[in-house]
Amino acid sequence: MVLVLALGDLHVPHRAADLPPKFKSMLVPGKIQHIICTGNLCIKEIHDYLKTICPDLHIVRGEFDEDARYPENKTLTIGQFKLGLCHGHQVIPWGDLDSLAMLQRQLDVDILVTGHTHQFTAYKHEGGVVINPGSATGAYSSINQDVNPSFVLMDIDGLRVVVYVYELIDGEVKVDKIDFKKTSTTNSAP
Amino acid sequence: MITGDDDEKWLAAATAAVKQNAFYMQRAIDSNNLKDALKFSAQMLSELRTSKLSPHKYYELYIRVFDELRKLEMFFKEETGRGCSIAELYELVQHAGNILPRLYLLCTIGSVYIKSNDVTAKDILKDLVEMCRAVQHPLRGLFLRSYLAQVTRDKLPSIGSELEGDADAHMDALEFVLQNFTEMNKLWVRMQHQGPNREKEKREKERNELRDLVGKNFHVLSQLEGVDLGIYRDTVLPRILEQVVNCKDELAQCYLMDCIIQVFPDDFHLQTLDVLLGACPQLQPSVDIKTVLSGLMERLSNYAVSSVEALPNFLQVDAFSKLNYAIGKVVEAQVDMPASGSVTLYLFLLKFTLHVHADRLDSVDQVLGSCVSQLSATGKLCDDKASKQIVAFLSAPLEKYNDVVTILKLTNYPRVMEYLDHERNKAMAIILIQSILKNNTHIATADEVDALFELIKRLIKDFDGTTDSEVDEEDFQEEQNSVARLVHMLYNDDPEEMAKIIFRVKKHILTGGPKRLPLTIPPLVFSALKLIRRLRGGDENPFGDDTSATPKRILQLLNETIEVLSDVSASELALRLYLQCAQAANDCELETVAYEFFTKAYLLYEEEISDSKAQVTALRLIIGTLQRMRVFNVENRDTLTHKATGYSARLLKKPDQCRAVYECAHLFWADNCENLKDGERVVLCLKRAQRIADAVQQMANASRGTSGTGSVALYVELLNKYLYFLEKGNAQVTGDIIQSLAELIKSDTKNVESGAGSFISSTLRYMEFQRQQQDGGMSEKYQKIKMEWFE
Repeated sequence: MVLVLALGDLHVPHRAADLPPKFKSMLVPGKIQHIICTGNLCIKEIHDYLKTICPDLHIVRGEFDEDARYPENKTLTIGQFKLGLCHGHQVIPWGDLDSLAMLQRQLDVDILVTGHTHQFTAYKHEGGVVINPGSATGAYSSINQDVNPSFVLMDIDGLRVVVYVYELIDGEVKVDKIDFKKTSTTNSAP
Repeated sequence: MITGDDDEKWLAAATAAVKQNAFYMQRAIDSNNLKDALKFSAQMLSELRTSKLSPHKYYELYIRVFDELRKLEMFFKEETGRGCSIAELYELVQHAGNILPRLYLLCTIGSVYIKSNDVTAKDILKDLVEMCRAVQHPLRGLFLRSYLAQVTRDKLPSIGSELEGDADAHMDALEFVLQNFTEMNKLWVRMQHQGPNREKEKREKERNELRDLVGKNFHVLSQLEGVDLGIYRDTVLPRILEQVVNCKDELAQCYLMDCIIQVFPDDFHLQTLDVLLGACPQLQPSVDIKTVLSGLMERLSNYAVSSVEALPNFLQVDAFSKLNYAIGKVVEAQVDMPASGSVTLYLFLLKFTLHVHADRLDSVDQVLGSCVSQLSATGKLCDDKASKQIVAFLSAPLEKYNDVVTILKLTNYPRVMEYLDHERNKAMAIILIQSILKNNTHIATADEVDALFELIKRLIKDFDGTTDSEVDEEDFQEEQNSVARLVHMLYNDDPEEMAKIIFRVKKHILTGGPKRLPLTIPPLVFSALKLIRRLRGGDENPFGDDTSATPKRILQLLNETIEVLSDVSASELALRLYLQCAQAANDCELETVAYEFFTKAYLLYEEEISDSKAQVTALRLIIGTLQRMRVFNVENRDTLTHKATGYSARLLKKPDQCRAVYECAHLFWADNCENLKDGERVVLCLKRAQRIADAVQQMANASRGTSGTGSVALYVELLNKYLYFLEKGNAQVTGDIIQSLAELIKSDTKNVESGAGSFISSTLRYMEFQRQQQDGGMSEKYQKIKMEWFE
């Protein structure tokens, strides 16, 4: 069982003062093995904070990120899964699932994690799964009118991944979960 | 001069003598020999006549003697039982040669007879306390009287003892203790003036060792039966204070004042506050009044906290005003008191007020004001120590209320802050901001915003004489990021008030200068955009005047604000913010405004953004934003689209050009809008991109395969794009187009080991999947394509 935290679009301090306290109390150091972050932190303080939760931190660049050294996209392997990470402002039209599917084929990954729309989605298509953890702070978005703070926790176990989404709605944390199973045939040869 | 070694020697000798005499005394007691017992006890007591011991050693000797005298006391008790009268014992004792032993014996005898009916207690006590005057040597006299106090203690009518007595008995006992105390204090003070000047420090140290002897009298007083509030107020306190003031001795005054405060009950202090405080200015100037007053205030604060029922008493006696006045007087009188001293006093008063009258903000404010008046009237310089106290002073109400909005109501708070130096002032400002963030305090009115920004003004802008050029870059950023976070805590449900807040914040922030603006403008912009969204939801006020909040007015404000950013070389940021505003304008159906924002963004792109990577990102954002715009008429849309495709084709690197151009294809196709689907222009765009890809291909061939893989990837991307539009129903995507693309891809993969292999496979796999789709009409669309083309 490998726990992977996926979150992004915090936009601190441009659009939000900080993560919601209820989220902060849940994100305890030592429980999570990897963090993948879709970008738009935007400042070093947030980077440092995420590092305290888990030292294995993967970030890609959002268009408002202060640090210009984050890559445009990234791929990594966790267990049996290949994951791809990209902020999403690079994929036009923004939020379009077919265009995202194209990126997924291009990166050749089982799970594509992207952000930018501040809207949680978990979408299964021919090429795999696209997950958008939304905005962890519920930051303003020109794309999405009604944003609730959210983040995703993936539990990777063998060929199965359980995606837990945590959303803060009216002051309460609501959890939902989605199961994905991978058949080994979808794994294309390198 | 008594040296250490001598001291030990003398003590040892004296102790030996005491032991020896005690032995013989005991023998005499055992054989009921009164005369001998007295003789040997007198000899034993003679050791206490010594001048050779330091106070510390004398005390050790005294303890030994005291223990031995208990046996004698027991013996006297038995003698009274055998009918021996006090007069007889007194007579016998007169034969003791020296006065000190005689007096110790008289005290011992006298204390035994207090309970008897031979003579009245009153007379005995009176006699004893008078007789002791015979010993005027400070050290010996002090111990003698201490002995007297010790030996009579359990024979006085005190609380919890069986000796109740009547009111007269109480007064007699009271008088006795007061007199003994007075004499003891006089002796103690006299020690200060014994010996040469250069030994002053040593004497003070020795006196300190003895102070509890004097202080114990207060404990006895506090335990006496019948010492209620009235007696305390009318008799005890005035008498004590009289002695304290008149002795004019700094050490004594300091210690005794503190003793009074610590020993007697808190509600007594409350009711006699006038008297107690009235004594303070009469004390020696060198007395550390701060400690005394702060001790008092602290006790009263704790009393208020522990006994809530007592709170009305505080108000009744108007404790606050009295303390405030007293402190003022003290600070006035002691002109040499440094600034840190007066601030400390006011700090304790403030803590007192926060404990006792937390709801009386006017009182709290008054304390702040008094402190400021004092500091300004005396023009004292605030050194490091004083500054630390001022920070504590400012933090106290913050910690108590945990609510900066309450702090903003204290009119004197900013005035106090002015006394901090630049660095500390900023640090305090950060503390205020952190309190807001931690406690989730909402600053809800424009006036509160003004008050707050006044307090944190040194973070907001540069001040004359202080440049932040030496500030560490990281620290500066953290500082400004705190201010940025703060902006999100400024909020009101009422859109009109919120708009006022935004205008106010803008006014403050724009004074910040080039280093601050890129960090503080973004949060303002997004806060305003949130407001615009809220305003859209509500009805437009038909009777609203020019100053009421409308999306248009706010966007106008943002336009002006973001323009400032381009003046300070934050062009990339400005471009992004313009695009955000354009989207907001789009959502509000404000076509001209949206167009204006795009124009500005384009201008920045053309003139300010020169780095190629930055251009690629900026252009993507432009295209992505434009793709979502619905508010433009055909002409405007065409103009903007045309320019965007132009920029795309002129990017520095050809692969970037190719990608940007095929992304522009989306500008001609909006999924949710029928009249924005122009299939032909989509295909024209994709073909244009393909030509660029061809050029990349040619360059790769010319340079013999160094960057050959680049073009294959582009072709596969283009293929995917064609498929996208095919699926959306663009009839202009024909089989021929796909076929020719397939050829290009095939020929490349044969020649070059390409990294695009997995992309090709996944694309093919996808195409096959789509062809097999049973529903949705997908397979029909895919009929145009033959998979053999790709083999």
